[in-house]
This record gives sequence, C-alpha cells and structure tokens, in this order.
Amino acid sequence: MTLLRRVGLALFAPVLAVVVALLISTAVMAALRVDPFQVFAVMLDLGDTPSQQVTAIVVVLNRAIPLFLAGLAVAVAFRMGLFNIGVEGQYRLATIMAAVAGAAVALPGPLHVLLIVVVAMAVGAFWAGIVAVLKVTRGVSEVISSIMLNFVALGLASFLLTGPFRGSPEGASIISTAEIPESGLLGGLNGLFDAIGLANPPRQLYGFLPIAVLVGVALAVLLGRTRFGFDLKATGLSPSAASASGVDARAMVVKAMLLSGAVAGLIGLPDLLGQTGAYTTDFTSGLGFLGIAVALLGRNKPVGIALGALLFAFLDRALVPLQIQQFPASVVTIIQGTIVLAVVVANEIARRLTRRSAERGGAEPSSAPEPGTGAVGPPGDASAEGRPSTRREVQA
Amino acid sequence: MTATAGARAPRTGRGPLTDLLTGGGRTRRVMWLVLAALVVLSLVRVVSGEEALTSASTLRAALLLAVPIGLAALGGLWSERAGVVNIGLDGMMILGTWGAGWAGYQWGWAAAVLGGLLFGVLGGLLHAVATVTFGVDHVVSGVAINILAAGVVRFLSELFYTDNPAGGGVTQSPPVAGDPPSFSLPVLSSGPDLLGTLERQQWFLLSDLAGIAKGLTSGFGVLTLLAVLLVPVSWLVLWRTAFGLRLRSCGENPAAADSLGVPVYRLKYVAVMISGGLAGLGGVFLVFIADIYREGQVNGRGFIGLAALIFGNWRPGGLAAGAGLFGYADALQLRSRTAVVALLLLVALLLLAVAVWQAVRRRPVRAALSAVVAVAAFVAWAVVEELPPGIVSFTPHLTTLLVLSLASQRLRMPKADGLVYRRGEH
Repeated sequence: MTLLRRVGLALFAPVLAVVVALLISTAVMAALRVDPFQVFAVMLDLGDTPSQQVTAIVVVLNRAIPLFLAGLAVAVAFRMGLFNIGVEGQYRLATIMAAVAGAAVALPGPLHVLLIVVVAMAVGAFWAGIVAVLKVTRGVSEVISSIMLNFVALGLASFLLTGPFRGSPEGASIISTAEIPESGLLGGLNGLFDAIGLANPPRQLYGFLPIAVLVGVALAVLLGRTRFGFDLKATGLSPSAASASGVDARAMVVKAMLLSGAVAGLIGLPDLLGQTGAYTTDFTSGLGFLGIAVALLGRNKPVGIALGALLFAFLDRALVPLQIQQFPASVVTIIQGTIVLAVVVANEIARRLTRRSAERGGAEPSSAPEPGTGAVGPPGDASAEGRPSTRREVQA
Repeated sequence: MTATAGARAPRTGRGPLTDLLTGGGRTRRVMWLVLAALVVLSLVRVVSGEEALTSASTLRAALLLAVPIGLAALGGLWSERAGVVNIGLDGMMILGTWGAGWAGYQWGWAAAVLGGLLFGVLGGLLHAVATVTFGVDHVVSGVAINILAAGVVRFLSELFYTDNPAGGGVTQSPPVAGDPPSFSLPVLSSGPDLLGTLERQQWFLLSDLAGIAKGLTSGFGVLTLLAVLLVPVSWLVLWRTAFGLRLRSCGENPAAADSLGVPVYRLKYVAVMISGGLAGLGGVFLVFIADIYREGQVNGRGFIGLAALIFGNWRPGGLAAGAGLFGYADALQLRSRTAVVALLLLVALLLLAVAVWQAVRRRPVRAALSAVVAVAAFVAWAVVEELPPGIVSFTPHLTTLLVLSLASQRLRMPKADGLVYRRGEH
C-alpha cells in the first residue's frame, strides 16, 4: 500500500504536467488553425513495416542517450541547489577536445575509448570547476557565470575547430576535426535486435547505451546510498546545518560542480563515438538546455530522468516527419516548453498536497514508518526533493 | 569601489590633495573615477594607435548596444526589487523581438514598440503566475520561460512568415516599415560639427572626450532617449514614491509588508509584468538596430542585462554603468578586432594599479598575483596582432565574468530576493 501510494504520488505530477501541456499545445495549435490531431497522429505514427518501426525506436533511443546524460549532469548540481546552466558549453568544449585527443593517438580498442571518455570528463569537469571556484572564492552566482562561460566555450570551440584543430580540407562545406580511427569508435548494438527476434534496422543503435546506463546506476547509488550523496543533499537543504555537522559546504560546491561537469563531458560522446567520428560545425547542439528540462521532468532522480529523456526523444523524433508533411515542426519545442513549465507547477502542487496531508493526519501509518524502513529507503522521497525552493523555505 | 572610500571618509587631518581626491562625497569620487578611466583609455588609445577605442562611431555603437542590455537590466531591477528573480528576461526579450517584428512590418515603428512591449508583458505575466501564484522556484520558472520563448517564436514565424508575400521566412520577419525619428545635437555634432573636428585632431584626452561626446549626441533615436530617461524615472518611482517603497518592501521583507496591509501578491505581479515589458522594449530596440526581426537576435543579452544589474548592485545608476561597460565591449568587438587587443593593454594598466594599491595596503600575495597577470596581459598585447573571430565574439561575456568576479563581494541584493513568499507560512 505504501509503495503503491508512493509510486502514485511520484507519478502524479509528471503525468498531470504532460496532460496539461498537451491540452495547452492543442489549444495553441487550434487557435492558429493547425489541426492538432493530425500533428499528434504524425507523432505517434512510427511507420508501417517492422523495419521502419524498429528504426524509429533506434532513433528515439539514440536521441535519449545524450538527453539522459545531460539530465543527469544537471540533476547532480540541482541536488544541492546549484543551477548548472553551463552544461551546454561544458559538453561542447569537452567533445571537441575528446575528438581531437582521440584522433591524435593510436591505442588498442577499449583503451582508446577509455582515453576519449577520460579526456571528455576531465574537460567538462574543468570547465564546470571554474564556475565552482568563482562561486566559493568570489561569490559569483553560478547561474550568471555558467551562462557567460557558455558563450566563452562556444566561441572557443568555434575558434579551435576553424583554427588549430581543423582536420577537413580547405573549402569543405562542413568543417570538422580529424577523424577518430576505428579503434576509438564504439560499434552499434544491433545484434541485440536479432537476439530478441526483431527486424534489424539499417540504423545502428549507439554502443554508448550500456555506458550511459552504467553512469546512471552509479550516480543513483552515489547520490542515494552513500555518505557523499547524503552530504550533498544536506548541504543543498541547509548549508549552515550541514556545516554545523561537519560538512565543508564550500568543498561540497566544488565537488558537486566537478561531478556535474564530468557527467556533462559525456553528453557529446554517444554521437561522436557512434556516428560522426569527428566534431563538426553542425554537431548536435542545445542538449545542455534540454538537459535542464529533462532533469526537472525527472525530478532529479535517475529513473525519472531516463523516462523524461525518452519522452523528449520521442517528441524530437517527430521533427522530420512533421517537416515532411508540411506541419510547423516547432510544435515539438512548444510541447516540450509547456511540459517543463507545467511540470514545475505540478511538482509544486504535489509538494503542497503531500505536505497538507502530512499536516492533517500526523498519526497516519504512512507518516510513521517502522524503524527499519525509514533508514533503508532512499533519502529522495517525493515529500522532500532537493530543490532550492525547499532549501530557501528552510532558511527563511 | 566607492564603498570602501566612503567608509574611511570621516578621518580627520587630511592634506589638501587627499581632500580634493576623496572628499566632497560620493558624486565627486565617482567623477574622479570616471576621469581616471578616461585618462587611462586615452593613454591606451595613444600608445596602441587604435582610434576605434574612443571614436564617435564606436561610442554610438556602444550606446546602441548598451540600451537593450540596460533595458533588460532595468527589467531585472523592477522584478528583483519586488523579490522575484527573473532569469526569464532573455526569453521575454526574445518574445519582444518577435512582437516588434510582427507589428512593425505591418504598421510601422510605433506599433513595433507596442507589439514588443505587449509580448514582453505576456512573458512577465507567465513568470508571475508561475512564481507568485504557484510558488515555483524563480530560477526554474525563468529557465522554462527561456526554453518556451525560443519555441514559441519559431512556431509563430513558421506560421506567419513562411509564404508571406511581404517577405520573411522561418527565422526572420519581413523588414520593419519605417524608422523611429532620430536627431543630433545642433552645432556641436551636426552642421559645423565642432566635436567631430576636435576628434579628428587626435589630441591626447581632448580628442577622446570629443569623440565620446559626439558618439553620445549624434544620431540619437527617440527610443534611445526614452530608454536613457527610464533609468532616472525608475529611480524616482522606486525610491521616491509610496508605491515604490511598498514594492521594494516586498523584496526585503514581504511578511512585514503584508502585515502592514501592502498587497504583496498584486505588487509582485505588477513588478514582474513591468519587468517583462522593459525586457520586451529591449527586444524592440534590437529589432530597430537590424530593421528586421531575426531569430537569435537576442543572443543572451538578457543574461548580460542580469549581470549588469548584479554589477550595479541592484541600483539604477549602477546598472546603467554596467550596461554601458558591456555595450562598449560589444561595440568594440564588432567594430575592430585589433582594438580588442588594445583592451589587453587597458587590463594590464588597471591590474598594475590594483597591484600597487594592494602593495600599499600590505597584501603582498594579492599584489604579486595582480602584477603577474598584468605582465601576462601586457605581453599578450605586445605579441598578439589580431584575435580570431571565434575568440573576439565572447569579449562582452568574458568582460562580464571578469568584472563580476572582481566586484561581486561587496554587493547586497534585496533581502528576500528569490524567496518564494506564501502568505501565512512565515
């Protein structure tokens, strides 16, 4: 019963938000004389043949992997009330450096990939570290500094690509870095489809998928089951209380940002190692900002973020079919934007509802846990997310 | 910077020189600082030979670029003084540009102003509903509005501008019909053009002053005038009226304000909507610069406006100075890539002054650090000929970051800024 109730509460806000967002988008489209039902039909239509349908699933999964990583990167910082809006710059800079490092060396397979991953994480962590250092030593708000560093990172990346790291010949329409050799790339996972008896699509499922899942599990354990994760959340909820119990709040800021940046460094790798093999002028952009949305949607928990990433990837898949059928493709962005806005409002309502029910029935069984369950359960329940609104109310 | 000087002012037994430099209150100290900055800038201009540093055309561009940033910062001032952090300024500016482009191509420049204003107010209303009524975290709501605004304008453009006989496309509007009237100061900046003549002499300091004065007084648009006037008007309303006092009390201590009968929710709504309107006006201004709405026109200026607000310590005069600084950096990188290199010399000189100051105050580590960076900047200036476009493009953002990291420790934001206020929960 308590489990059911907990799951229901956790799902209530996002589901409500998606429904409200769909209603709003329908109204907007109808007001502008675009038939919303045709648009939704295009979105839901995955194709006629089994091969087409599996291809659509691969496209969604391939898009969801970087979105999931971006959501995780944002969520790590969110957990302690830090807004890492600089994920965009962190992953772009990390990807170009990783691409160059990967192209410059020749190593046996797994080592080569490992090197690329390590370089990407290090660059991402370094770029996020600047934000953390400015915050703890100079008191600069991480929101402003990470936004400014986004512009610096994008400018730097474009300079590096067109200048010292240029690998494509002069006059090529798309400028790119040198290609990473075969040993540094990750093959597709399409054998999986044969194994479970589905049609093998022409498009490759990214080999980065297991790594992303691994990162998600590792972060879930780190944030939910370790001392570090607890300190992180405690510092986010009340820096002064955490300091009083012996946690160095300033060091936690630096650690959280470094971790967030390291995860952010991975965002570009699924595309880099699975498809492009080089950083190009038209490399996937905007994942950092979508990551913020995905993290909000998933309420900063890995499982939720995975679901949010899948939802956003599913919406993104519709971009091309919508364009082909002469619908305004930006409908997708509007739905995503309204989902985010609706989800934050719904989260707030859900939080208030849980608190009200807790206040009303102080002696209800659900709010008086047995000694065992309270300690074992993860500290991130629906009633107390590590979001700054809670922290600020604690302070006030 | 002036704050420390002010704290030490009441000391007795100063010499006449100290009195001249540090006495006479805040106004005189600010004037001395401005004058010192001009002298250093002029010196850098003479040494580096970069006329673009103080030319009238650079300054005119700087003013044009400073106005949207300043309007965004003013928008931030209104909302943050009422206790609502507005990261969504950028999105509201984006909405403003679209509104201006859409109304402007059909009905001329006055309609463009109204259109941008209206779209900005709508963005502000959305933020107010989320933060004030639903108690959503302010930064979260702002980020969501930024994402949403980008989607909304693209959607509207796809609907209204593709297949439009007047022109335009998925990413831009048809050209805006008609320009707002502009004027120049008679005799000094037009006609006999005394300032322009003086500027061309290339004399130390005098020509620089003339160039700056001419840049600020010629080709002055009506909207520029309006924007500049909005700074003192905002100050008057917020600091010299009962309405302003009540509004600011919502940003300092909403519970106390509420207990005195101040309509906190309503005032927050008003403040955030005014904030959105001002940001929208900033967007209108961008449309007038290009004579067209183009996607990506805002390019993060809302965030720079927010930085200008913080740099200006949540005060109208300070944020205007911040906007001027960032506008200048932006204008310089647009006009001349070699002039940006000359900025390195300026940085070197300023850091040298910091090093001397720290040495006098017996802080050897900080002094040494400043001196090392100063030497590095000087060497970079001497070695680098011209910066590549990718690097130059982020000059204003890097300037913002540097200035904030130097200045942000002495700042004081409104006490309840960013806190969600729920009646009866405090």
